[in-house]
Amino acid sequence: MGKADADAGKEPRSIASQARDRVRFEEEALALADQVYRVARRLVGSREEAEDLVQETYARAFRAWRQYTPGTNLRAWLLRILTNLNVDRGRRIQRSPDTTPLEESDYFLANKLAERAGEDVLEQEKVVERLSQDSIVDALSSLSHDFRDVVVLVDIGEFSYADAAQILDVPIGTVMSRLHRGRRQLKQKLAEQAVEA
Amino acid sequence: MTAHKGPCDACEELLQGYLDRQLNDTELKQAESHLGDCDYCRRRYRFELSLRMYVQTTAAERMPPGLLEKLAQLRAVE
Repeated sequence: MGKADADAGKEPRSIASQARDRVRFEEEALALADQVYRVARRLVGSREEAEDLVQETYARAFRAWRQYTPGTNLRAWLLRILTNLNVDRGRRIQRSPDTTPLEESDYFLANKLAERAGEDVLEQEKVVERLSQDSIVDALSSLSHDFRDVVVLVDIGEFSYADAAQILDVPIGTVMSRLHRGRRQLKQKLAEQAVEA
Repeated sequence: MTAHKGPCDACEELLQGYLDRQLNDTELKQAESHLGDCDYCRRRYRFELSLRMYVQTTAAERMPPGLLEKLAQLRAVE
């Protein structure tokens, strides 16, 4: 028996059972609010914008709850709504593409830190610790939005490459290349700050 | 894959996948065995790990007080 036949044979779900499903959905979604906010906060420029964006996301999610398939990744589902809203609203601070050649390589920060701190990895880690909280926030917000979305989802949201691909509706290969280039740019920015510090 | 003294693109790709826990079993074995043999990549691994932890901890900002209540109130809307 195909799925359509199975569905056709089912009684319509009772009002009470739908209400229970809805309450369960709302509770599960609210339990993820802090994690959703953390990602939102780094995707937009200010705390107020992040709060607005999260509220709009939840308003839309609560209206569209029937479209969520129970048992699938709810956090990814919420983040997909959030990133779409963010694009629609044009909230992103559009920056000109980074003109720095990327050939400086992934080792840029490591090398810069090594110049300052000697070859010792532990010394390098101490330099990383000396970077201020503002450094990382500034560096993240300086990334072009395509790169920032992926870096924030994977490095701060701890989403898998596959989830990030689904959230942003791009192929997984695009996630990987944006992630690597985004992290490289991030390291360049941090290195510049470490050198200036 | 043998130990080396400088940057290596193949290792870098493996290392990023390893740090992101995105490798399949074969790649995972390959990465771990290489990290066991290669001082350079082990240093890179430690450095990247500390950088990631730094990004995660410094960039994380908790939800402002009151937001959860605002979100909970949105439930009544339909």
